[in-house]
Amino acid sequence: MSLIQEIDFGTPKSKSEAMVTLTIDGNQITVPEGTSIMRAAMEAGTQIPKLCATDMVDAFGSCRLCLVEIEGRAGTPASCTTPVMPGLVVHTQSDRLKKLRKGVMELYISDHPLDCLTCAANGDCELQDMAGAVGLRDVRYGYEGENHVFAKSHGCENDNWMPKDESNPYFTYDPSKCIVCSRCVRACEEVQGTFALTISGRGFDSRVSPGMSESFLGSECVSCGACVQACPTATLTEKSVIEIGQPEHSVVTTCAYCGVGCAFKAEMRGEEVVRMVPWKDGKANRGHSCVKGRFAWGYTTHKERILKPMIRERIEDPWQEVSWDEAFNFAAAKFKGIQQKYGRDAVGGITSSRCTNEETYLVQKLIRGGFGNNNVDTCARVCHSPTGYGLSQTFGTSAGTQDFDSVEDTDVVMIIGANPASAHPVFASRLKKRLRQGAKLIVLDPRRTEMVESPHVKALHLPLMPGTNVAVVTALAHVIVTEGLVNESFVRERCDWSEFEEWAAFVAQEKYSPEATAIMTGVDPNALREAARIYATGGNGAIYYGLGVTEHSQGSTTVIAIANLAMVTGNIGRSGVGVNPLRGQNNVQGSCDMGSFPHELPGYRHISGDAVREQFEAMWNVKLNNEPGLRIPNMFDAAIEGTFMGLYVQGEDILQSDPNTKHVVAALSAMECVIVHDLFLNETANYAHVFLPGSTFLEKDGTFTNAERRIQRVRKVMTPRNGYADWEVTILLAKAMGFEMHYNHPSEIMDEIAALTPTFTGVSYDKLDELGSVQWPCNEKAPEGTPIMHIGGFVRGKGKFIITEYIATDERTGPRYPLLLTTGRILSQYNVGAQTRRTENVVWHAEDRLEIHPHDAELRGVRDGDWVRLASRAGETTLRAEITDRVAPGVVYTTFHHPDTQANVITTDFSDWATNCPEYKVTAVQISPSNGPSDWQKAYDEQARHSRRIAPVVEAAE
Amino acid sequence: MSSSPDKLVYMANQIGKFFQSQGHDRAVPGISEHIWKFWDPRMRKQIFAHLDTGGAGLDPDVREALQKLKQQA
Repeated sequence: MSLIQEIDFGTPKSKSEAMVTLTIDGNQITVPEGTSIMRAAMEAGTQIPKLCATDMVDAFGSCRLCLVEIEGRAGTPASCTTPVMPGLVVHTQSDRLKKLRKGVMELYISDHPLDCLTCAANGDCELQDMAGAVGLRDVRYGYEGENHVFAKSHGCENDNWMPKDESNPYFTYDPSKCIVCSRCVRACEEVQGTFALTISGRGFDSRVSPGMSESFLGSECVSCGACVQACPTATLTEKSVIEIGQPEHSVVTTCAYCGVGCAFKAEMRGEEVVRMVPWKDGKANRGHSCVKGRFAWGYTTHKERILKPMIRERIEDPWQEVSWDEAFNFAAAKFKGIQQKYGRDAVGGITSSRCTNEETYLVQKLIRGGFGNNNVDTCARVCHSPTGYGLSQTFGTSAGTQDFDSVEDTDVVMIIGANPASAHPVFASRLKKRLRQGAKLIVLDPRRTEMVESPHVKALHLPLMPGTNVAVVTALAHVIVTEGLVNESFVRERCDWSEFEEWAAFVAQEKYSPEATAIMTGVDPNALREAARIYATGGNGAIYYGLGVTEHSQGSTTVIAIANLAMVTGNIGRSGVGVNPLRGQNNVQGSCDMGSFPHELPGYRHISGDAVREQFEAMWNVKLNNEPGLRIPNMFDAAIEGTFMGLYVQGEDILQSDPNTKHVVAALSAMECVIVHDLFLNETANYAHVFLPGSTFLEKDGTFTNAERRIQRVRKVMTPRNGYADWEVTILLAKAMGFEMHYNHPSEIMDEIAALTPTFTGVSYDKLDELGSVQWPCNEKAPEGTPIMHIGGFVRGKGKFIITEYIATDERTGPRYPLLLTTGRILSQYNVGAQTRRTENVVWHAEDRLEIHPHDAELRGVRDGDWVRLASRAGETTLRAEITDRVAPGVVYTTFHHPDTQANVITTDFSDWATNCPEYKVTAVQISPSNGPSDWQKAYDEQARHSRRIAPVVEAAE
Repeated sequence: MSSSPDKLVYMANQIGKFFQSQGHDRAVPGISEHIWKFWDPRMRKQIFAHLDTGGAGLDPDVREALQKLKQQA
């Protein structure tokens, strides 16, 4: 193994199809029009010296090192800013160029420290490389003059010198090493789109400045790491590199945070991670990252990780550390006992959307084959299950229609109930890049999120009341139909015409107009009409949506309404358009694909289908139950009722993440055996009887499937600290239960999946190694996968228009609970925070805050930062208030990353009509001033501390 | 919504409300198919038992859909 060296071509790739041929150093080369001479040379294998150029950002032409000579042209143009032309004859090396470059380098080095041996960039410094490349042998100017290098010069303080900025927990800014190439500033603008950095001053006074000479942490910087990646010197350096040194080998793997699925190089020294660097060939992220994937991997070695299996008879007892065998036998005996006593259907399990496809597949196989029932579900139940239902009804597949590259061809973006800048940051950066090129943006969201207004982003915002999605999306359809904006030829060709006519007559009714529905939705009818016109007529229109769509009583209805909207405008089946659910967890798409839902086998095929079920029975050598099993909320109800008594939970903290915490506590307490398979003693583990230590994504092989249906490899870079990869643990647990599964490597599990699933028949580890990644369906018809779906026709045949009537949720405001609470996420934290709270990311978000409008706050005597009591019909908690007009009057907002807040003690039992996906996004609440934690929070904390005790190991007496 | 029949009645009616706008003739098979596809047998058994004891609270289309489903079972 060696370090993967990615070629830096100096300037971005040109998309032009017209080709140009020129001569560089006597060799003919043909490249797309618009390519720089620098890039053309590099493609031919000639590296022209450069400092300010890098292919992640546009050419800038400031360092004057990349000069070339062109026959017939005067002077020495910069090769980065000079495009190729047919017939040019370019020379990259001549006496004149050598002299000029050496002179430039001499000036750079005259204001740069010469501590190369002890410098963190030693071994990875482009300045050093270039000094070598141009043959710099001495610096005639000396170091006595004006400089940025020394704290003192001539015995006085040097005003040009600045100390290091160590404020960011993950990287250091050392201004003395800066060569003002602007790569960091341009990466922040062009790649990330945050515009946090600038160059202050002019000429010799120029310096990189976060905001107005602020610290990195104090500025708008979101710590995505693009600047650190772009820096050619040790000016911006990962603290882990400063501490450990340069990596010696690297392995390409996939991030284990959100559904974007960024590809990273894990850069290693032995089994120690030095840093994670986004991989330029990663098709989801194209070389970009966010603060979580790039930096927040410290949890993998956190001291709170549990590395030994533990058991206990009662949850009141302290945990006993035991051997793996004891733990498996204890768990198997408990589960078998429960099944004998309460029946075969009294146990079940939850697969993890954070684990690999292979692991998820094994858990559902254990449940269906080993437990003998279909009581298997996954966290998609509580996030995107309505997406699966809605899109399969209308289009015929339970997944998004596009790849992320598609956004580069989009003219109008409509974001509904999603905040990609916080929850899917790398996609947000790609989207913002397109917006800066002129694409239009419409945002439907109760809050004024970062996607509504941020540097170079200004959306047409429809701030709707939480719970009124169906009314708003149907009103958009009303405008399109009644104003004659229907794409009739598309609908006639691709959709069922009579269903369309019925639907069109439905939405055209006056009562669904923007004007008639405004009283419920709170949306300005003119703005809504404007949005409908832009989406229908503005060119390629793409809808991206998130949990603000699905987590409602009418979640599935809204997904159907969105699909209707895409069909009626013909925005399906090509690049730049489509319906794109932004999936929450790294492998939530995969966990759904792998048959984690109780009613369907891998590949979304209903369990009652005899032909399909028989294939699985033959392969697994076991008879399968043909009835759908319990969904997560149904499991809780059945537990309280006394018919569901054992649960195996892999990599999911249902107690913190599921709604109505008191109800979940009651359900877990009622069960006789809960097995938690996780990295940490999470909140669910407080009610568990068996704890099986889990492994991190760095410790195992497998695949994740992201929101674009892209299957990507996860590669093991270190030995599992707990002893076993999660897939091995499931196999051993199954064996203890008497259900044998034999696999030597996860690739064999994927081979079995491919053999049983028509959309996966072409998938294998060999193919993934060869192509980097594939998007399913990947089979004989599409051997290299399917970036865009429904080209030329829908998977189900004709696109199906379905009527979407708005039905208000039964969660209503009233005199006791007059405000609506909606929940969401923040950039630095991930889901329940189990991972990110155990990293330095807490410097950005140490607690959940309640956003409240100044008007509502004043009415209640609440000031910014005050403790407030947040109460709903389900429960109450306390947290601190943040007064902001991001939320409308009548609406409050919080995040759910911290267990000491437990936002879900507030959320209710209401759920989506079709899938039981909980209604997290609408809860009627009241706010009042408070002195501190509620009684419930105190009791919860006490129980948690009591439950987490681990008995000391007693040495056997002699 | 703690006691089980109430919750199941609520869930069944919620399904019914989605299909209502498609008219009775499509709503009834729509509701029964949905319940057949997504409800675990013990949930179906409970709602059938509730139906047998009068089916209080069930909307008309939902009641009809459940009766059909029960006959098929």
